Amino acid sequence: MSLMAELNQRALHRGVPLSVHLDVTYRCNERCEHCYLEHDGDGEMTTAEIKNILDQLAAAGVFFLTISGGEPLIRRDCFEIIEHARALRFNVKLKTNAVLIREKEARRLRELNVEQVQISVYSHRAEVHDGISKLPGSLKRTIAGIRLLRAQGLKVTLANVLMKGNRQDSEGVRQLAAEVGAHYTLDPTITPMMSGDTSVLRLRLPSNQLRSVFEDSNLVGDVAEFCAPPPPVDDDAREGYPCSAGHTACYVSPRGEVYPCVQFPITCGNLREQSFREIWENSPQFLEVRSIRGKDLTTCSSCNHLGTCTRCPGLAWMEGNMRGPSSADCEKSYVRTGIASAAMLAGSGSSFSSVGSGLIQIQPFAAHA
Amino acid sequence: MNDVYISRSTAVAARELAGEMVIMSAVDSTLFSLNETASLIWQAADGKTPLSEIVELRICNEFDVVLEDAYRDAMALVEELAGYGILQLSDQPVAESTLEVAKIA
Repeated sequence: MSLMAELNQRALHRGVPLSVHLDVTYRCNERCEHCYLEHDGDGEMTTAEIKNILDQLAAAGVFFLTISGGEPLIRRDCFEIIEHARALRFNVKLKTNAVLIREKEARRLRELNVEQVQISVYSHRAEVHDGISKLPGSLKRTIAGIRLLRAQGLKVTLANVLMKGNRQDSEGVRQLAAEVGAHYTLDPTITPMMSGDTSVLRLRLPSNQLRSVFEDSNLVGDVAEFCAPPPPVDDDAREGYPCSAGHTACYVSPRGEVYPCVQFPITCGNLREQSFREIWENSPQFLEVRSIRGKDLTTCSSCNHLGTCTRCPGLAWMEGNMRGPSSADCEKSYVRTGIASAAMLAGSGSSFSSVGSGLIQIQPFAAHA
Repeated sequence: MNDVYISRSTAVAARELAGEMVIMSAVDSTLFSLNETASLIWQAADGKTPLSEIVELRICNEFDVVLEDAYRDAMALVEELAGYGILQLSDQPVAESTLEVAKIA
């Protein structure tokens, strides 16, 4: 077992929230067509409120802190927040579109020892990237920001969200990442908006394009292994947890709301009303999420894919039942292996299934020991 | 004995988890997990307290161990951690590095 896996196990057994995703704002300078957020700044936490929350997160044992948005650098106090986080010795990952990064910002991020910067790049072609971001000139500015970050020696990851309009450009983005010395991650995840609006799901890759992703060794590695039929379901899968959301990870919104995950927007409490520890330890919503094992899942407990499916409990919840199937993941398992899921065989489709398949990146969390 | 002063690098993330320090280097993302004894030394690495004093107060007072043996083991540990760049050694007291808080103009 790797040290990271051991760390996750220790955190799981002790109920420690090892990772927190903190959105410091929903405001953004881009209007990406697939985004799941409304971009208003109503009720945004103040600098002092966020610093207080960071203090609480550090005391609770949070180690990995993702600072994101919206566009986090749109806040004038973003560096003050990062400074505070680093003074508390969080491992800080920043998610940004890099449009606002100039040399002094890149240098400051290096000085603060931000561990990683993740940047969304939709295409290597301006007409495609800018068409998705709805900000003319954004690809040029994003690439300039990436180069400045790399010049400072920062670890940069290009996150390539794939959808109908840019599937053909994944290789171009991968080559761009190689050219600038950045990591590349593929993310065919299009989720409903937090408000519940599912209209963005029309952008999801259709099955035939998703299959082409799964059969591209440049993207998935060993295709035969990746697309192999699922092994027999064992006790680890039946007794295991669906994912880390609510177990060792959670999400904090710019308004202080706490969710199990950014993709699982069930409100577990608000940090303006309760302490983080009270919410993490006692919220009925967190307790319910934590009570669910593979064997408890409606329909999925009898599915051949139970042990290997990337079923997202947040998407399942948005479809109506956190114990139910996530139809996008059913389709993903089917497209990947050619074997229909139990939910598909039972005909328990959902409001999402008619808009094409999608891929959810949350990986199954290891079964508890 | 030639004493040393130890201070934690600012280029790390660190958190105590169940009595053991988890540390990740921001330079190369290497992850470290220190056992209870090493964690005590890490937490005492303020750049001002000599290692011998740390060993005597934090280790020998807590565990049934001879000072010379404990110091030798502690020195090997801090040299190893310094080799990874997550701890700094000095033969003089140093102010623990603090994160620069200068604002971007």
